[in-house]
Amino acid sequence: MSETMTAPETLDFERGEIMEMSMGPHHPSTHGVFRMDVRLEGERVVRLKPVFGYLHRNHEKIAENGAYLSAIPYTDRLDYLCSMTNNWGYVLAVEKLAGIAVPERAEYLRVIVAELTRFQNHAGLVGFMLQDMGASGTPLMYAFREREKVLDLFESLTGARMMCNYMRFGGLRVDASAVWLDEVRDLVGRLPRFVDEFENLLRANEILMARTQNVGVLSRELAVNAGVTGPMLRASGVNYDIRKVDKYGVYDRFSFRVPMGEHGDTYDRYMMRILEMRETVKILEQALRDIPGGPVIDPKVRLRGLRPKAGEAYGRIESPKGELGFFLISDGTGNPYRYRVRPPSMINLTVLEDMCLGENIADTVIILGSVDIVLGEVDR
Amino acid sequence: MLGEGIIQGLVETARNFFGSYVEKDRLTTVQYPEERLPLPEASRVFPFLLYDGTDPEAGLRCVACQICEKECPPRCIHIEKSKDKKPDFVGKPQAYPAVFNIDVSVCMSCQICVEVCPFDAIRMDKQFELSTTDRFGGLLWTKEELAKPNEYYKKIHPVEAAETDERRVKELADARAKAAAAEAAAKAKAAAAESKPTYQNQGHGAPGSTEGNGAAPKPAVDKVTPQ
Repeated sequence: MSETMTAPETLDFERGEIMEMSMGPHHPSTHGVFRMDVRLEGERVVRLKPVFGYLHRNHEKIAENGAYLSAIPYTDRLDYLCSMTNNWGYVLAVEKLAGIAVPERAEYLRVIVAELTRFQNHAGLVGFMLQDMGASGTPLMYAFREREKVLDLFESLTGARMMCNYMRFGGLRVDASAVWLDEVRDLVGRLPRFVDEFENLLRANEILMARTQNVGVLSRELAVNAGVTGPMLRASGVNYDIRKVDKYGVYDRFSFRVPMGEHGDTYDRYMMRILEMRETVKILEQALRDIPGGPVIDPKVRLRGLRPKAGEAYGRIESPKGELGFFLISDGTGNPYRYRVRPPSMINLTVLEDMCLGENIADTVIILGSVDIVLGEVDR
Repeated sequence: MLGEGIIQGLVETARNFFGSYVEKDRLTTVQYPEERLPLPEASRVFPFLLYDGTDPEAGLRCVACQICEKECPPRCIHIEKSKDKKPDFVGKPQAYPAVFNIDVSVCMSCQICVEVCPFDAIRMDKQFELSTTDRFGGLLWTKEELAKPNEYYKKIHPVEAAETDERRVKELADARAKAAAAEAAAKAKAAAAESKPTYQNQGHGAPGSTEGNGAAPKPAVDKVTPQ
């Protein structure tokens, strides 16, 4: 009797009880099925363990058991907010593996759809993040209003709002009509006003600043050592953008800046998204101005029954969340011998505990929001 | 000044609120069941099978080649090939699917079946209001439920259907020209060898007789479609 009543040693009654709590997997702020095992001392986080895997769908093994072509629709479902960039990462890896060239027009269209994807992802993310912070509804609805316009364009181009399944080895599935490109030009002309308004809405807001500045600081060293990529890394002041480093596709032809933060706190990560939206609009304007005519796919490329020579390839792109990589090993048969995804949001999530230690429990929600995770990609 | 940022934000909210009365860009709500936006041409929700003419059995374009079954990423298509054959649109005898089922609870509307089909037999539908209370039977669509006429396809995807029809008309003309040429060659050969006794099949008929009822001339095309 007395043994079971004894309190564990971790509890310190002098300073107050340490409470272990499970946030999630159905907590509304976790953006999906994700659990944070937190230990609290009062309101302060003393330990945080991310627990994920609830949405595991065996993506890699399914892709290894199917033809190269049949993995493309599954990549849509990795990061289900950015299907276009996921497609691009995968087809880039296959193109490297099989040595396939892509027509010019297809490269430009890829840039256009990928930048539109980046825009809608960032708009959605800041909306959700502010929602987590307690700005109920308004910013999220403004962000989703604009996101929906982008998704409507995707639907008229590819047939689906989110599960686009648009890119193919050596090009794209369908060409964009002149009407569609005009619609994109029209939308891109209206986007800067939205970004301005959205920035004005909360940038100088005292409540937002009090809740985000110096909260969840991620140091430059830790960000680099942990392999963090994307806006989160740049918010910590590291100049690393795969669009600039690798210059995949035709990104070397556009002039754009890579925004960077100084403090690595949640406010910087929030502003990073706003600034990237501006740069995205710049890239879109240039791509829409310069897009050439011509075919969008090389008709000689075999989509069905593609059998690349034995070898391996790693294709990586700057997805809205960070470095999205696909590693493929071919053994010369019709399906990949090994198919591996490097998911940016899962690797960015590994530093969650370091960012949250010592913060209030209410701030973990915002810090998690600023990481920008999509559980479809974390768990795969 | 403390509170300045909040006021700045509220100005934006007010701009959006009042703007929503005058600008379409700021108010995009659609009262869905009563008010519907037209779907774009490319829109896709679940595949269906196409047939020519009025008879879904005789006009079904599918020849049960099973490419879509093999290529379907989630493997939601089940096909059983028929034992006998029926003529296709150019008159060549082809197999047909004795069973063609699509499990739409598994289908993810990726359109790969449409892309790989060499016979223009499967296309994407636009019908999305498909709720059913029958979880298993109601979501397993058979050949009879899937078959839809070409007119329906023309209605939901006009541009795409026009392209497909144009290509098929050309294919048919090519196949007929090829058949007629082969026929003429056979005739010339027969005429040259007239002195010899011949027991060639008399049922071939004149070149013109291949039109209409779809009776197949023997030297039909080897391959009806590219790819």
